[in-house]
Amino acid sequence: MKKKVIAALLAASMCAGVLTGCGGAAKSGGETAAVEEGKVINIYSWNEEFRQRVEAVYPEVKETSADGTVTTLNDGTEIHWIINPNQDGVYQQKLDEALLKQADAAADDKVDIFLSETDYVNKYTDADADVAMPLTDLGIDPEKDLADQYGFTKTTASDMEGVQRGSTWQCCPGLLVYRRDIAMDVFGTDDPAAVGEKVKDWDTIKNTAAELKAKGYYTFASYADTFRLYGNSIEESWVKQGETTIKVDQKIMDWINSSKEWLDAGYLDKTVKGQWNDDWNKSMGSESKVFAFLLPAWGIDFVLKPNWDGDDGAWAVTNPPQEYNWGGSYIHACTGTDNPEHVKDIILALTGNKDNLLKISKDYSDFTNTTSGMQEAAKDEAFASEFLKGQNPFEYFAPVAENIKIAPLSSYDQGCVELIQNSFSDYLQGKVDYEKAKVNFETAIKERYPDITEVQWSE
Amino acid sequence: MRKKSKSISYAKWGYVFILPFFLCYFIFSLIPLLDTVRYSFFEYYRSGIKEVGPTFIGLQNYASLLQSDMLKYGANTLILWVIGFIPQILIALLLAVWFTDVRLKIRGQQFFKVVIYLPNLIMASAFAMLFFTIFSTNGPVNSILMSMGIIKERIDFLGSVLGTRSLIGFMNFLMWFGNTTIMLMAAIMGISMDVFEAAEIDGCTGFKRFYYIILPLIRPILAYTLITAIIGGLQMFDVPQILTNGQGTPDRTSMTLIMFLNSHLKSKNYGMAGALSVYLFIVSAILCFIVYRMTNDNDPDGSKAAAKRREKEERRRRK
Repeated sequence: MKKKVIAALLAASMCAGVLTGCGGAAKSGGETAAVEEGKVINIYSWNEEFRQRVEAVYPEVKETSADGTVTTLNDGTEIHWIINPNQDGVYQQKLDEALLKQADAAADDKVDIFLSETDYVNKYTDADADVAMPLTDLGIDPEKDLADQYGFTKTTASDMEGVQRGSTWQCCPGLLVYRRDIAMDVFGTDDPAAVGEKVKDWDTIKNTAAELKAKGYYTFASYADTFRLYGNSIEESWVKQGETTIKVDQKIMDWINSSKEWLDAGYLDKTVKGQWNDDWNKSMGSESKVFAFLLPAWGIDFVLKPNWDGDDGAWAVTNPPQEYNWGGSYIHACTGTDNPEHVKDIILALTGNKDNLLKISKDYSDFTNTTSGMQEAAKDEAFASEFLKGQNPFEYFAPVAENIKIAPLSSYDQGCVELIQNSFSDYLQGKVDYEKAKVNFETAIKERYPDITEVQWSE
Repeated sequence: MRKKSKSISYAKWGYVFILPFFLCYFIFSLIPLLDTVRYSFFEYYRSGIKEVGPTFIGLQNYASLLQSDMLKYGANTLILWVIGFIPQILIALLLAVWFTDVRLKIRGQQFFKVVIYLPNLIMASAFAMLFFTIFSTNGPVNSILMSMGIIKERIDFLGSVLGTRSLIGFMNFLMWFGNTTIMLMAAIMGISMDVFEAAEIDGCTGFKRFYYIILPLIRPILAYTLITAIIGGLQMFDVPQILTNGQGTPDRTSMTLIMFLNSHLKSKNYGMAGALSVYLFIVSAILCFIVYRMTNDNDPDGSKAAAKRREKEERRRRK
C-alpha cells in the first residue's frame, strides 16, 4: 500500500512538473507589466545605442538599473528596454510579433517607441500597416519643430503620401575614405582637396582607378562597396504602392555593368566577395592594396578603425564620386501607445534639439540631424579626428548631407537590395551568365516575398 | 484472484509513468505536426507586417512547389549527402574492424575513440564558420599552399561548385564518422568470438572474414545507420547554410531542401513551407521503407522465394 502511494505521488509530481513548467512560463511573461497604467514606456531596439543617447540628452532621466533594462524617469515613469539583436532578422521578428499583438495588449505591455533602420523603415511607416503614428498626431509639427533636420531624413521617414511617421537623430552621409600613403605614392599628394578632385565623379574616378592599377593598387575592395551609391539614387522605388511587380531600376543595371567592367579591369580586388566578411575586413589592414572605402561616419568608427592595424593618422576623408546615405536609425511612436506625451518629449529631445544633437556628435561622433549644427561643426576644430591625422571629417560630411537625394522607398527594399547583390555576385565572379543571374534573382525574390508576381528589368 | 488484480495494477502504473512523455509528445510534437499539414493547404504568409490569409487554396502550394526548383535542391541535397556519406561509412567500417580485431591489439584505443568522436561535439555552425574562415580566399589554407609553392594563385574554394560541395561533404564526414565508428564497433563486438575462432581455424582470410561474417551479422545496425544518415542527410541545413551564408552559392548549387524551406520561412510563408515539409515527409517515409525492406531481407540466398515458386507450380500442375 505504502509503495502504491509513493508511486502515485511520484507519478503525480511528474505530471505536475510538466504542467507547471508550461504554466509558469506563461505567467512570468505577463508579470512584467503589472504596474499601474501609463507608467511604463516600452522601447524596442536592437542595441544599447539608443539608450545611451537618451541617457545622455533626455533631461528627465533619473537613473538606469545596473543591467540596463529599466530606466527610471524623474516622475517615476519607467522605460523598459526590449533589446533583440539585428542579426538574421531577429529584431524585426520580435518586433512584428509585438506589433501584431499591440491592439490586444494591456496598456503597459504596449509598444510605445520602436526603432527601425533605413533598409526597412518603409515596412513600418507604410500607411496601410499603420503601426507608426504620424508625428502630427503626437503634436509634433515637422515643418516647425524639425525644421533644422536634413530634408532627406524626413522623406525617408514618411509614408507614400508624405506624412512623416518617424524621426532620426542620426544622418549618415557617406564619404570616400582613403589611405594617405597610397595617395602619396600614386598622386604625390595626400591632400584631401587634391584627392577629392581625382574622385569627384564616376568618369574621373575611372581614370584615377587606372592610375592606381598601374602602381598595383585596387581602388575599392569589392563591388559591394559601390552599391549604396547606385542603389540610393534609383528613380523609382523597387515596388510601387499597391503593385506586385518589382521594377529593377536602370541605376541598378548600371551598377552591375560598371562593377563587371571594374572587376575585369582589375580595379577591384577579385578575392573580396561582398562586405562584412573576413576578406573585406582584412582589406582594411595595412597589408592590403586597397586605396579607398566608401563609408559614413559610423563606418569609420566601427568598421575601419577596428580593422586598421597601423598607426593613427594613416587615413583621410574626401568627397565621394556621388552623394549617398548609408544607414540611420529612425524613432517611431507606436500606434496605440499609452504614453504619447513622453514619447513626444523623447522624440523632440533626441531629434529636434540642436544643443542635444551637437552633444551627441561630440560624445559619440555621430553625424547628427541638424543642418545648422553640422555647418558649425564643420568649422569647429574641436571636431577634428586623430584617426584622420587631425582632419575634421564634418567639413566633408556636411555638404554631402545637404546634397543627398534619397531614393523612393518601398517595404520590399531590404530583400531586393540583399538579393540582387547576392544573385549578381555569381555573375560578377564569372560563375553564371547574365541571364542566369537574372533568373536566380527572380527565384530568390519570389521566395522571400510570396506576393511578388513579376520582375521587370530595365533595358 | 488477489494476485491477478495486483499484476494488473502494476501495468496501470506503467502507463501512468509514460503518460508525461505522451502528453508532451501530443502537445509539442503531434499538434504542430498536424498543423503543418493543415497549413499546407492554405495561402498564409506575411507581407511586411501585414498578414495575408489564411485562405484555403487546396493543392496550389504543392503544385507551385513542383514548378519551382525543388527537385534541383533535392538533387543537391542527395549529392552533398553522398559526398559525405560514402567516405564516412567506409572509414567507419575500416576503423571499427581494426579497433575490434583482437589480433591487431591497437594501443591507445580509448584515446583514438575520443579523438574521432570530438568533431561531433563542436556545434555544426561553429564548425562551418571555422571552415569558412580557413578556406576563404585570403585564409590560412591558401596562404600555406602559396608559401609552400604548391599553388601560384589563390584558390577560390568557396567560389567553385566542386570546392563548396566537397567542403560540405568533408565536414559532414568529419562530424559523423566517429559516431558511426563507435556504433559499428558495438555491433561487431556483439558477434560471438566463437564464430571468428571457427573461421580462423578454417583458414579464413581477413577480407573474407569481413565480407562473409562481419557484414551479414551487423546488418541490422548498418540498416539503422543508413536510415538515420538518410534522414539526417535530408535535413542537412546548418553546415551549408553557414558556409554559403544561406544563399547556396555558387548559383544555388549547394542549396539543400531545408535551406529552401528556410527561405520560405523568412516571409513566414507557412503554407508553402508546410507543403514542402509534407513532401519531405513522404520522401523520407519512402526512403526508410526501401532501406528497411532491403536490409531486413529474411531470404538472403533466395531459397524461400524458390520454394514459393515451386509450390505455386505444383499447385498449378495438380489442377
